[in-house]
Amino acid sequence: MSGPSKYQPSSAVGKWFHERLPIVAFAKDHALDFPTPKNLNYWWTFGGILAVMLVVQILTGIVLVMHYTPQTDLAFNSVEHIMRDVNYGWLLRYMHMNGASMFFVAVYIHMFRGMYFGSYKAPREVLWMIGVIIYLIMMATAFMGYVLPWGQMSFWGAKVITNLFSAIPFVGDFVTTWLWGGYSVDNPTLNRFFSLHYLLPFVLAAIVFLHIWALHVVGNNNPTGINVKGPQDTLPFHPYYTMKDGFAIVVFLIVYGLFVFYGPNYMGDAVNYVPANPLVTPAHIKPEWYYLPFYAILRAVPDKLLGVIAMFSSILILLALPWLDTSRVRSGTYRPIFKGFFWVFVVVCIGLGFIGSKPPEGSYVLWGRILAFYYFFHFIVILPLLGLLETPKPLPASISDDVLAKQK
Amino acid sequence: MSTAVHADVNRRDFLMIATGAVAGVGAALVAWPFISQMNPDASVLALASIEVDLAPIAEGQAVTVKWRGNPLIIRHRSKADIDTAKAVKVSDLIDSASRNANVKGNADATDDNRVVGGKEQYLVMLGVCTHLGCVPQGDQGDFGVVTGNSTTGGWLCPCHGSQYDTAGRVRKGPAPENLPVPPYVYLTDTKIRVG
Repeated sequence: MSGPSKYQPSSAVGKWFHERLPIVAFAKDHALDFPTPKNLNYWWTFGGILAVMLVVQILTGIVLVMHYTPQTDLAFNSVEHIMRDVNYGWLLRYMHMNGASMFFVAVYIHMFRGMYFGSYKAPREVLWMIGVIIYLIMMATAFMGYVLPWGQMSFWGAKVITNLFSAIPFVGDFVTTWLWGGYSVDNPTLNRFFSLHYLLPFVLAAIVFLHIWALHVVGNNNPTGINVKGPQDTLPFHPYYTMKDGFAIVVFLIVYGLFVFYGPNYMGDAVNYVPANPLVTPAHIKPEWYYLPFYAILRAVPDKLLGVIAMFSSILILLALPWLDTSRVRSGTYRPIFKGFFWVFVVVCIGLGFIGSKPPEGSYVLWGRILAFYYFFHFIVILPLLGLLETPKPLPASISDDVLAKQK
Repeated sequence: MSTAVHADVNRRDFLMIATGAVAGVGAALVAWPFISQMNPDASVLALASIEVDLAPIAEGQAVTVKWRGNPLIIRHRSKADIDTAKAVKVSDLIDSASRNANVKGNADATDDNRVVGGKEQYLVMLGVCTHLGCVPQGDQGDFGVVTGNSTTGGWLCPCHGSQYDTAGRVRKGPAPENLPVPPYVYLTDTKIRVG
């Protein structure tokens, strides 16, 4: 994509080093000169925002571990100790806690952007699938992190989610005992979750590197969805997109800051400030907001095993998305019918999130079932058929033509 | 370098396969301790048995004690509780297996098979919903003994709405199984050892 390197070492030392490790050329080619479609809009800035959030979470996490104690009798109090005694502990913990939520805000926008503009279509299938794997690891990491404060919601969330594995026929009980290291969620569980919660962000960082590698092989998609045809369609990443991404990152951090300073517990659950009690389940147990749509799908199915299968399928189906969408036009901008169904799908996902936050009673049960059904219907029926039936609008001749047409 | 030159089986192929096989078996053997370390350790297993005195539990009262990190429900059932449970046909149950570690084989989930003969007033079972592990709340739901506005016996899980009757058998989903009865024995007339 980027062609032969334009890097010319300017000094004798630079030349000497370049011949031994061409890392400066690599950085220049991929972080500065990388040819990027010139029409990317602000929806494309969330990749950079996500990279920043991963770094924020790793940095705040590393310092929190300097004060946290992963032991069932001490964990809850050590978090309160961070909040009350540790210098700026309140800030660091609130940054980490709200950082997780903001990370998911950004990843959901990033994913919906990919869905609207067809960023998963050939030749970007592997790029998309690596993204789905990143999302799965993010969910596992956030789940284990939520267990560490050892509040009531930590404990019961951990118990309910690990119990999902007990639905596996024949070996389910062995699997849950193995996951717990005992007969229930207890100290061994807390310790291993802590270990993995520290490990997985670094695994994420490595897979993010693969994600960017795959991106730099095939190049960015863009709002028109058509291929880059030549140098007139692109701009170097720096300064054009370092500046655009940088601006978006600052705006995003302001929103993040508003939560950290003015509503640090807005996205959390007050019950988690009650220490874990293995003998009493809280009245309304629900996961963090970013899992709620999947929790709603789990509860929509009255059978235990089928409910668990439906929940995991609802995420794993994203891996098949490049082949479920049969349309050869990438961007939703040129697909008039798809555009409508896309927004219906967004509303259905938000609706599932709302249902997931409510107790499984009355009309919530029925609505949960209707929305869960539609979620799968969108992927399995609507997307494959739409590609065959829909007549897309005419595509612009090139990215450059499209940009110039809009200038008039 | 090309294998085409050495198309027939030679010493290098043999070494390749033999080395690969040894490395594969070795990797599997080394993986075992890494997987096994996550299973319950000796200190967890050592806590696996407790003794409970049943005498202080009044009729109609249920107590919860901690066993293996889980709540163990012991309920002193009234005659109405027992009669209600006995009146249920096994064919009406969601789970027709007794789920009692003290009863051999695939016994039916009759009330007799959920308790110890002659001690049927004491129902001993794990308070762990068989759906996703929440603690069912006692004296609730539609399958207890209803007198006026109050329900006695019967359990309702607050998480996903599963209900259990006065013998701890699941009567309304999504839970798939009856609440499990752990292995226990009577040490004296009013004292049991669980585990």
